[in-house]
Amino acid sequence: MLEQIPTAFLYFLAALALPVLPRGAIRGVVLLAIPAIAALQVWSLPLGNLVQLEFFGFSLDLMRVDKLSRVFALIFCIAAFLGNLYAWHVRDIVQQVAALMYAGAAIGAVFAGDLITLFFYWEGTAISSVFLIWARRTVGSFHTGMRYLIIQVGSGVILLAGVILMYVDTGSIAFERMELGSPATWLIFLSFGIKCAFPLLHNWLQDSYPAATVTGTVILSAFTTKLAVYALARGFAGTEILIYIGAIMTLFPIFFAEIENDLRRVLAYSLNNQLGFMVVGIGIGTEMSLNGTASHAFAHILYKALLFMSVGAVMFRTGTSKASELGGLYRTMPRTAMFCLVGAASISAFPLFSGFVTKSLVMSATAEENYPWIWAIMLFASAGVLSHSGIKIPYFTFFAHDSGKRPKEAPVHMQLAMGITAALCILIGIFPEPLYALLPYEVEYQPYTVGHVVTQLQLLCFALLAFCFLMRTGIHPAEIRAINLDTDWTYRRMLPRLIQWLSGPVGGIFKGIEILKTTWLKGMIITLYHSFGPQGRTSQFWPTGAMVLWIAVLLGITLMVSYAS
Amino acid sequence: MATETVLHTALTLVDQLPALQILVSFIAAPLIVVLGSRRLAWPIAFAASALSLVIAAILLSQVLDGSIISYRMGGWAPPLGIEYRVDAANAFVLFLVAAISTVVLPYARTSFSKEISTRHHTAFYAAYLLCFSGLLGVTITGDAFNVFVFLEVSSLSTYVLIAQGAERDKRALTAAYDYLIMGTVGATFFVIGIGFLYMATGTLNLADIADRIAEQGSNRTIRAAFAFIVVGIGLKVAMYPLHRWLPNAYTYAPSAVTAFLAATATKVAVYVMLRFIFSVFQPNFLFEFNTLEFIILPFALIAMFACSFVAIFQSDFKMMLAFSSVAQIGYILLGISFLTETGVTAAVAHLFNHGITKATLFMAVGAYVFTANGSYYDTIQGLGRRMPLTSAAVVVGGLSLIGVPGTAGFISKWVLVQGALEKGWWPVAILIVASSLLAVIYVWRVIEVLYMRPTPENCEVREAPMSMVVPMWIAALACIYFGLNTDLTLSAAQTAAQGLMSGSAGMR
Repeated sequence: MLEQIPTAFLYFLAALALPVLPRGAIRGVVLLAIPAIAALQVWSLPLGNLVQLEFFGFSLDLMRVDKLSRVFALIFCIAAFLGNLYAWHVRDIVQQVAALMYAGAAIGAVFAGDLITLFFYWEGTAISSVFLIWARRTVGSFHTGMRYLIIQVGSGVILLAGVILMYVDTGSIAFERMELGSPATWLIFLSFGIKCAFPLLHNWLQDSYPAATVTGTVILSAFTTKLAVYALARGFAGTEILIYIGAIMTLFPIFFAEIENDLRRVLAYSLNNQLGFMVVGIGIGTEMSLNGTASHAFAHILYKALLFMSVGAVMFRTGTSKASELGGLYRTMPRTAMFCLVGAASISAFPLFSGFVTKSLVMSATAEENYPWIWAIMLFASAGVLSHSGIKIPYFTFFAHDSGKRPKEAPVHMQLAMGITAALCILIGIFPEPLYALLPYEVEYQPYTVGHVVTQLQLLCFALLAFCFLMRTGIHPAEIRAINLDTDWTYRRMLPRLIQWLSGPVGGIFKGIEILKTTWLKGMIITLYHSFGPQGRTSQFWPTGAMVLWIAVLLGITLMVSYAS
Repeated sequence: MATETVLHTALTLVDQLPALQILVSFIAAPLIVVLGSRRLAWPIAFAASALSLVIAAILLSQVLDGSIISYRMGGWAPPLGIEYRVDAANAFVLFLVAAISTVVLPYARTSFSKEISTRHHTAFYAAYLLCFSGLLGVTITGDAFNVFVFLEVSSLSTYVLIAQGAERDKRALTAAYDYLIMGTVGATFFVIGIGFLYMATGTLNLADIADRIAEQGSNRTIRAAFAFIVVGIGLKVAMYPLHRWLPNAYTYAPSAVTAFLAATATKVAVYVMLRFIFSVFQPNFLFEFNTLEFIILPFALIAMFACSFVAIFQSDFKMMLAFSSVAQIGYILLGISFLTETGVTAAVAHLFNHGITKATLFMAVGAYVFTANGSYYDTIQGLGRRMPLTSAAVVVGGLSLIGVPGTAGFISKWVLVQGALEKGWWPVAILIVASSLLAVIYVWRVIEVLYMRPTPENCEVREAPMSMVVPMWIAALACIYFGLNTDLTLSAAQTAAQGLMSGSAGMR
C-alpha cells in the first residue's frame, strides 16, 4: 500500500494535517514519525518507475526509484528526522509546516523521473524553505529571505525555460543524462548551478543560511544544495567543465571562511567548499567518482548538520554565533563541545570518521583519471577545510580565550539529535560497507589500507601540530620562525599568511564586483523610476490631444506599412 | 472548419437563441427605466444576465465541435439581411461576458449601495444592461455595420458607467471624457474602415466580405480599410500606445463597473480584432503579415514591459491593476501577431483566463474600497489579517496574473511561449518569461502591503460582506479550476483558432 503513495506526498499530507493537530508533543511526534515512516518506505521500495500521472498530455513519473535517487532520498529522510528532533522545542507552526513541505519537495524532486515534475518540486523547495528564514521575523531576515526567494525562484524559472526548449527540441521531458550544447541544456545547467552555489552564483547561500532561525539553518543546510548535486549527477555526469567549476568551488570559499567572524557563515562557506568536492566528482563521471559524490553528499549532510546543530545550540544558549564573542564554553557545554569535535573530525576527514571514507573516494577517482592539478587543489582545499571548519569552529567556540560566558548545556532533545548524528558520523567512518552498499555502483574501494590511513593521519596531525604551535606562539613572533616543519608541510605554516595575503585582493575583487552590481542596479532602478514612476512620462496624465496625436501617428505608420508591402 | 451550417429554420425557441442572447438584456434595460422601481432594478438586471448566461452556455455547447449557427434576423437572408452567426470563437466570448456579468452583478449590488447614490440606481442598471447587451451584440453579429452599432451602444453606456464614479472621485469625469473622445475617434476610424470595405466589396455581411476579398485579392482600398480598422479597434483593445484612456477609466469607475469592464470590454474588442484580421481579411496577405510583425508585435512587447514597470511603481492598487491590464493585453496581441494557430489559441485562451483573473482582482479592490474607503497602498496596508478572505483572493488572483503553474494564467502563457518557440522566436519567448518576472514584483508589492506591513492603529476595518466575497471567490476558484482543468478553455480556444486561421473558409 505504502509504495503507491509518492514519498513526497507523505510529507505534504502531514504538513496539511499539522495545523489542526493540538500544539505540543503530538505535533512533535508527527514531525518525527513522518520522516521515519518515509525512510522505511524508501528503504523498502522496489526499483523502477512506480507512480505515473497524466498531466496536460504529458506522462509524469513521480517515483523513479533507482540506486542514485534512493540514496539521496534516504539521507533526506534521515536529515529531516534529525532536523525535526533538533527542533523539538520549536512551537512555531510556520517553521514546522515549512520544514515538512521543504523536505517533502526535496525528496519529490529526487524521485522525479521527468523534468516537469522536477520543476514543480524545484520551485516547491524554494517557496517552502524561505519561510524558515522569515521565521526569524526580523527586518534583516525578511530582506535576506526576499533575496533568497528571488534567486531560488529565478533558478526555477530558468529551469522551466530550459525544459520548454528541451521539449521543443527533442519532444521528450524525460530527466536523463544530457550533453551541454543546446540552449536548453545550458539553461538547465545554469539553473542547477544556481542551486548548487557555483562560484559567482553562490552568494545566496552565505547570505541566507546564517540568517535563518537556529533550527531553520540545520534543515536548510541539508536539502537545497544537495538536491542540486543530485540533479547534476543525474543530468550532467561526466561533463568536464564541472571538474573546473568544482575545483574553484573547493578553493575560493576557504579565504572567506578564514576571515569570517560569524561561525554560521563560516559553516556556510565550508558547505560551499564541500559541494565543490561533490561537483568535481560529478564532473569526472566515473563510477567511482559518482559513488564518491553520492557518499560524500550522504556523509556531508550528516556532519554539516552536526556542526550547524552544535553552533546552533551555542547560539540558542548564548544568543550569538560570533567567534569574537565566544570561547571557553567547553566548561559548561561539554557534550555539545564533544559533538562539535566529532563533526569537525568528520569534515576534516579523520580516519574512523565519515568524511574520511567518502572524500577519499572522490580524491582517488580524481587521481586515477589523471587530473593532477585538480587533485592538488583539492588537497589544498582539504587543508583549508581542516583549518576553518575542523579547527576554527570548535576552537573559537569552545576553547580559545575564555569569553566568560557560562551558558547551560544544550537542551536534551538537541543533545539527542546531535548525539545520533555524531554516532552516525562515527559509524559510517568505522563501518563504511553499509553506506557503500547503498551507492549507485559497485564499490571496490578499501578506505582503511595502511597507506591511506597513514597519509591522512600524517596530514592531519602535522596540520594540527602546526596550528597548536602557531596559536601557542602567536604572542611570540620570534619563535614562529623557529618552527621546523618538514618540507611537505611548509605550506601549512604558510597557509595563514598566504590566506591573509590573498584574502585582501580576492575579497577586494569580489567586493568590487558586488559594489558595481549594486550601483548598476540602483542606477537602473532610478532610471526606470524616472520614466515609469508615477511622475514618469509613461504613467503621467496625458492630455487628450496627445492621445489623439498618437492615434494619428499609429494610423500613419500602419497605412505606410500596409501600402509599402 | 465549417462542417455544417445550420440553416435558418427558426421554429422552436432553441432556434431563436441567437436573437434572444441580445434581446433579453436589450429589452430588460428600458424595462427597468419604465418601471422606475429601485427595488426591481437589480432583480431584473440579474435575471436578464443569468438568462443570457444560460443561453450563452447552450450556444457554446452547440458549436464546440466546430459547427456554425447562422441566424437570420427577421428572416431576411444574408447578405441583405442582418445575420447573427455563432461559432466557437464568439460563443466562447459570449460565455465569458455573460458569466462575468452574472458573477459581478450580486457583487455590484452591495458595492453600488455605498458608491452610488440610490436615486441613480435604476438608470445605472439600465446603462449596465445596455453596455452588456452591446458587448454581446458586437460579439454575436455577423454584419460589419451591426458591429459598429453595437460597439457604440456599449461604448456610450460605458462612458455613463465610468462617469458614475464621480461621486467618489471627480476625476472619473475627466476619465470618462477622455474615453469618450478616444472611443469616438476609434469608432470613427472603425466605421471609416467599414466604409472602405463596403466600397471595395459592396456588402456588409462579414462572411460575404471575406469571400469577395478572397476572390479579388488585395488592393489599396482594402489596405486602407485594414489600417483604419486595426487602429480603430486597437484603441478599444487598449493597444499600446493607444491605451491611455484605460488606466484612468478603470481606476475612477465604480468598483463593480471596473471588474466587469476589465474582464469583458477589452476582450470583446480583441475578439473583433481577431475576427477582422483573420476571418475578414485573408491571413495570407502580405500587408497583414507586415502590419502584425512590424507594428503589433513590437508594441505588444513594449506594452508588456513599459506598463509592467509603471505598475511596479504605482501606489494605488487599482491603478496598478489597470496598467497591468494593458501589459496583459500585450500578451494577447503578441499571440495574435504570431499568425499561427498556437499563437491565436494562446490569445483566445489568455483572453478568457485574464478576464477571470482581473475580475477576481478588481472585485477584491472593490472590497477594499468598500471597507477601507480607498485602494492606495497606504490605505490598505496590513489588511491581510483583517480581511483574510478578500486578501486570500488577491493572492490567488495575483498568482494567476503572474502565471504560476496551477492557475489559469499559467496555461495561456505556456501556450504563448510554445507559440513563440514554434516560430523559432527565441528572444520573444525569453521576453515573455522576463516580463512575467515583472508581474512577480508588482504582485508581490501588494502582498507585502497586505500581509507584511503593520495594521494601522485604531483601524476598524472588517471583512467585506459575503455578497462581495462570494462572487470574488467564485472568480478566484475559477482561476484555479481553469488552471487545473484545461479541457474547456484550451479546446474551445483551439477550435476558435482553427476557425479563425482558415480565413474566409472559416466563415462558411
